[in-house]
Amino acid sequence: MVEQRTAASVAVVEPTPDELRSAIWARVQQARNVKRPHTLELIQSIATEVIELHGDRLFRDDPAIVGGFCRIDGRRAVFVGHQKGAETDENIRRNFGMPHPEGYRKAIRLFRLAERLGLPIVTFIDTPGAFPGPASEERGVAEAIARAIMTMCGLRTPIVTVITGEGGSGGALALAVGDVVLALENSIYSVISPEGAASILWRSAEYSQQAAAAMRLTAAEQLALGVIDEVVPEPPGGAHTNPEETARRLRARIAAHLDALAGRERKALLDARYARYRNMGEFAIAAESGEAQPQRPGLRARIRRVLDAGRNALVGGEGETNDPTADSTDEADVQRTGEGS
Amino acid sequence: MPSFKLPFGRARQEYPPNLWTKCPDCAEMLYNKQLDKNQRVCTRCGHHFRLRADQRIAQLLDRDSFREQDANLESVDMLGFVDQKPYSERLAAAHAATGSRDAAVWGPGTIAGTRVVVCVMDFAFMGGSMGTVVGEKVTRAAEHALDERLPLIIVASSGGARMQEGTLSLMQLAKTCAALGRLGDGGVPFISVLTDPTTGGVFASFAALGDVNIAEPKALIGFAGARVAAGTIAEELPEGFQRAEFLYDHGFADLVVPRAKLRETLLGLLRYMKPSAQVERAGQNGSSPLGRSAQLFDELIRREPTHG
Ligand SMILES: [Zn+2]
Repeated sequence: MVEQRTAASVAVVEPTPDELRSAIWARVQQARNVKRPHTLELIQSIATEVIELHGDRLFRDDPAIVGGFCRIDGRRAVFVGHQKGAETDENIRRNFGMPHPEGYRKAIRLFRLAERLGLPIVTFIDTPGAFPGPASEERGVAEAIARAIMTMCGLRTPIVTVITGEGGSGGALALAVGDVVLALENSIYSVISPEGAASILWRSAEYSQQAAAAMRLTAAEQLALGVIDEVVPEPPGGAHTNPEETARRLRARIAAHLDALAGRERKALLDARYARYRNMGEFAIAAESGEAQPQRPGLRARIRRVLDAGRNALVGGEGETNDPTADSTDEADVQRTGEGS
Repeated sequence: MPSFKLPFGRARQEYPPNLWTKCPDCAEMLYNKQLDKNQRVCTRCGHHFRLRADQRIAQLLDRDSFREQDANLESVDMLGFVDQKPYSERLAAAHAATGSRDAAVWGPGTIAGTRVVVCVMDFAFMGGSMGTVVGEKVTRAAEHALDERLPLIIVASSGGARMQEGTLSLMQLAKTCAALGRLGDGGVPFISVLTDPTTGGVFASFAALGDVNIAEPKALIGFAGARVAAGTIAEELPEGFQRAEFLYDHGFADLVVPRAKLRETLLGLLRYMKPSAQVERAGQNGSSPLGRSAQLFDELIRREPTHG
């Protein structure tokens, strides 16, 4: 249980009600459902032609990341995505969608190829995270992720990213820097897995559900935070119940965004992408005396309201409002953190 | 300290903790004043103790040359994050315990007269974790280095991204890498100093991307926490796994440099790692490389084509 706050500590949020926590956990399970359509299945439905390309030209071909050329309603593009398997054998071969460094280096190679050929890029995100074992560390997984992120930030071609399942940490972000970031309705996006957060912050993996709720990892909440730009609704029952329909819905949105980005002048495209990430997050500015001022006043209150709206939708519209005083917490909270300055 | 004394308490006071520190490696009792004089490196076994940001800056930069920027940035709890404590309480406690507002400090300064921009992380503040404020300071340091065309030095010391800011912390990886990409494209060099510990999202973003990477001896540097790695895989972890020397052996650190040599090593590198003449950004700021054509030509031939 989350400990009771004392009167002195300013109300931030109520401990997540059980009902809401279950609803959020159901999304985590949906996002991880092995029957959910994965990258190759999706791109084969979305595109009329797929030519898969292999290898990083340095070490080997990582089956946990796939990519190549594709044609989406006549638009030529390069796709790259994490790849999980639907069956146990396939999943083992794909390392459960956990890439080694060579997977990210293959992605970088394909990104550069797309840039040189003037093709837009579509990426599909579905990984618990990069593989954390010794082989991964020996070959520099952190460097591979960092370089993939940096490469995407400066790539002179449009990038549309779709979070399709699990957006797990840096291993997800390494393919997910885009001009537009879409997410399937039941996908999740988080800085660490709920299990990882629970074992570090609660000292027990039993608190995974609390951690999932605290991290605001559902697509609706990520939309409120501005980390993603658009949620693509799944067919009733979830993506796995109708992969064809899921692909059809994705194709429409991907095609629309590719068209919108196609006309953008390169420098404007790159500046907008830089600004997209430059403005992520919020901080306050402490004054010489008195209380710290938020950098963008009112932003937090607005985001909290939208976050709560997203949560209420999870439990069927009329759920409890977590924080009816969202407007006032902004001031009070900042005042408190400004103490002693 | 409790107000009562155990019968043998006095004998145990032989090494009062305000005067002595025990080395975690060799168990030697080290006299604090001498430890400070030795840059907080064990005089017996060479163990490198963690430094606060101000100690690091005092060791690396010329006296009184550092001008801290943006010291007034404070973290904000955007998610309403509560684990065993609310995030806002953790921030207040960290502020009270360390006197710092967050886990990084940045500003311009000089090393033996050479102008540089430095950003130093502080593990004492919430494990040096990177939330929006740390990401903002790293980014501003990189942007300032590009604008002023000064070499950038970042000293990392961090457990990774700050979980309490959720994906907003994760996005700091992209924010900082984007700024470093522009720095590299602009021909301004970046030296990354990796100290104990540099892990998770900090290692997997700006800290791994130095034009030159320097690690402190035996520093823990890795992507996944050793426990996570051990939990995910059945194999035994190899000896020296995720230590500075492991990184060096596998080609991800250029140098492992003991603290006593760090300043002079940086100085030596800076003689080679000068910002290029304004090649790609020529015309943007109006400053012309004319009159330096010989040097410009020289630099043009030597320059790598791209940063990535
Ligand atoms: Zn020692």
